[in-house]
Amino acid sequence: MISLRNLCKSFETADGTLEVLKNINLDIKKGEIFGIIGLSGAGKSTLVRCINLLEKPTSGEVIFDGMNMMELSPKELLKVRQAMGMVFQSFNLLQQRTALRNVLYPLEIAGVPKDKARKKAIELLEMVGLGDKLNAYPSQLSGGQKQRVAIARALATEPKVLLCDEITSALDPNTTRSILELLQSINRKLGVTILMITHEMEVIEQICHRVAVINDGMVVEMGEVREVFLRPRSETARQLILPKGGEIRRMTGKKCLRIIFDGNSAFEPIISNMTLECRAVVNILYANTKSIEGKAYGEMLLQLPDDELSIKRILAYLDEKRIYYREEEINV
Amino acid sequence: MFERAMLELLGKGILETLYMTVVSTFMAYVFGLPLGVLLCITDENGIYPIPVVNKLLGLIINFLRSVPFLILLVFILPLTRAIVGTTIGSTATIVPLVVGASPFVARMVESSLKEVDSGVIEAAQSMGSSTFQIIYKVLLPEAKPSLILGAAITITTILGYSAMAGFVGGGGLGTIAVNYGYYRYQRDIMAVTVILLVLIVQAFQEIGMRIAKMADKRVK
Repeated sequence: MISLRNLCKSFETADGTLEVLKNINLDIKKGEIFGIIGLSGAGKSTLVRCINLLEKPTSGEVIFDGMNMMELSPKELLKVRQAMGMVFQSFNLLQQRTALRNVLYPLEIAGVPKDKARKKAIELLEMVGLGDKLNAYPSQLSGGQKQRVAIARALATEPKVLLCDEITSALDPNTTRSILELLQSINRKLGVTILMITHEMEVIEQICHRVAVINDGMVVEMGEVREVFLRPRSETARQLILPKGGEIRRMTGKKCLRIIFDGNSAFEPIISNMTLECRAVVNILYANTKSIEGKAYGEMLLQLPDDELSIKRILAYLDEKRIYYREEEINV
Repeated sequence: MFERAMLELLGKGILETLYMTVVSTFMAYVFGLPLGVLLCITDENGIYPIPVVNKLLGLIINFLRSVPFLILLVFILPLTRAIVGTTIGSTATIVPLVVGASPFVARMVESSLKEVDSGVIEAAQSMGSSTFQIIYKVLLPEAKPSLILGAAITITTILGYSAMAGFVGGGGLGTIAVNYGYYRYQRDIMAVTVILLVLIVQAFQEIGMRIAKMADKRVK
């Protein structure tokens, strides 16, 4: 759907040329949710703006739906942009327009007849759960609601891709979750390809299929989210995914895991390997295992760290090793 | 002293002043609004950057704004005569008022439009809006409250200028103040005209602020 070929972008500043993107190559497939993660200043926002040419790349190619974006005439470019929705961190709603008229804006630009546009806009606002807020102005809406209006607006022209630039960074964790769920259902229902730019690992983890890690304007790692999570190869990915290495963490977690060894797993130091691979520490509360003919039987109760990300990694690891477990709460 | 004739004179003065102010403000916006839009969009960070045009326009506007109004008034008398046919009276005063106020309006409009959040403009661009669409669907409507406030300031400034034109027979309350207060030492009449001018300024400012507040959907 979107291919970036040797994409470079530099800015001229008073202190000379600043290379923001260096030779980026990416392929985003139709219908997937692709995440781009990096620390702030890595060039993520510039990268996403190079796709709809809000920023003009210095060199390289941007191919969207078989078209070379750089070869389009200014008029064609405006037309193509209507096939790409964009959602922003700061919502960027028109402050003097109601929710409904905000969603109508792109339809006015596209020249859709009034009554048809109105029907479509109402439909979209209902889909994002704001059917009762049609005539509210942005100042009367909460952050999450504003972002829902922005998503409805971005979808109005039935775009093939949705470019999301840090869209959950201004939202609290609960709202973030609900916005991500909305995007996921949009992706499933409408088949819209989604590009998520973020610095939050949780966002990638919750909805993305594939992820590219960028640092200092370069793609340092790319692959299936699960794969990158479990075995981050680049330093940046490790920084983003793993808690600071070597630090002794106090066990404050309320969750624990009952691991059942039913003889199916080959005898290997599962727990040690798990703590090493996941870089998370666990506390063994109880264990009763026997080794019979080189196979492990029995069960073990582990106290988990108080950190969702580590828990997810541990579970993913156990899943991969096909070890049966049950999550439990510690009752203290 | 305030016999019937004087009251009629003052009444006529008020009407003339209002006529000059309102017509001049309207005309100043006819010229100043497009100029202000042009200043805003051709800026190097604007939506249609043409630095050369921007610099040149800025230079001309600054030049016009730095000429004191009374001097501008005298300086463009030939232009006034060519357009209106005479150089005295309230209609003749409209010409220098428009020339003097248009650059002022242009700067007011420019600063109002530059207040519009760049993120909103970027969003409009991402949806494939043309430059023209951004101007009339985003910049102007989003800046509306600020533009209305600017108009209130402009109208009161023009009112002040129009009174100055009284010195060269510009008509309105200014002329009354000059003729009676300055040449005939009738300070009471001058005081009355000043009070009337103050009241008109207050009224315009108050009305402008109320309309701006009503038009603004950001704070409720």
